[in-house]
Amino acid sequence: MGIAAEAPFHVLAVDDSLIDRMLIERLLKTSSFHVTAVDSGSKALKLLGLVEDEQINEEPPSIALEAHQDVEVNLIITDYCMPEMTGYDLLRKIKESRSLKDIPVVIMSSENVPSRINRCLEDGADEFFLKPVQLSDVNKLRPHLLKSKVKDEEDQQIHDKGINETEVIAPDKTIPKNIVTKNG
Amino acid sequence: MDTNHSRRQLAAMKQSLFDQGLLDEQFIQLEELQDDANPNFVEEIVTLHYRDSSRLISSIEQALKERNLDFNKLDTLMHQFKGSSSSIGAKKVKAECNLFREYCRAGNAEGCMRSFQQLKKEHAALRKKLEAYFQVSRV
Repeated sequence: MGIAAEAPFHVLAVDDSLIDRMLIERLLKTSSFHVTAVDSGSKALKLLGLVEDEQINEEPPSIALEAHQDVEVNLIITDYCMPEMTGYDLLRKIKESRSLKDIPVVIMSSENVPSRINRCLEDGADEFFLKPVQLSDVNKLRPHLLKSKVKDEEDQQIHDKGINETEVIAPDKTIPKNIVTKNG
Repeated sequence: MDTNHSRRQLAAMKQSLFDQGLLDEQFIQLEELQDDANPNFVEEIVTLHYRDSSRLISSIEQALKERNLDFNKLDTLMHQFKGSSSSIGAKKVKAECNLFREYCRAGNAEGCMRSFQQLKKEHAALRKKLEAYFQVSRV
């Protein structure tokens, strides 16, 4: 009897440069990650199941609609300088999303701008890599993925515990705070 | 077919490119990513780079013909060009890109044109040498 083989971690890579997409894909695959590479932030959000309000109706965009996430992504690695939506914009949208905020995000940039790096790290990026990205950089990803996996498992345990306990429904039918729901 | 000869020739060619300051460490990184499953990775990515960079050169050329230079646009194009060059380890070309961008930021049209001419030369020279390199690697 063997231990069930774990599925490799799935990394979503975002970069408008074809060369850099090819490079990051090779780096990630060499490190045994499963990779999906897209060329824009909006394509990344679409894949993650996050659809912007403005794409559906004419009203001014407010909150992004949280659609069901069809594809499981364990880490997002994105270029900073991209037209339309920068890597920073993408980072913010992910961190503002209830369903996506716990996915580790890594930013890449060819420019060494300390204020830019600090801002990304302060606003939720787990790492900032200077381009060209090296294998030694990619090796730094696994701890973030493992930490995220542990957190997922903890959340799942809390969730399961909540289901098993007798539900206490308040008179106004709200769900008590100690039951944590995850991802709908 | 003397593969030992071509292997030595290849090593010598590569060393020469390094000695001349045309390639940097990133080229070695690319080679390390090449394996039996991806035996032509370096040549593939370099080929893509030249397709990409040729397009960018045309765009920059066009932009430099405008009566009033749009330095922001030029800088953005050159940023892309530099990134692509950097990813394959094109050391000297990358240095020329930096120079061009400095001229952009200074709003120096003449400087931009001059450095662009130099950049095109370096770009073409490296391309030729890499083509020769890959030709030998296929023997």
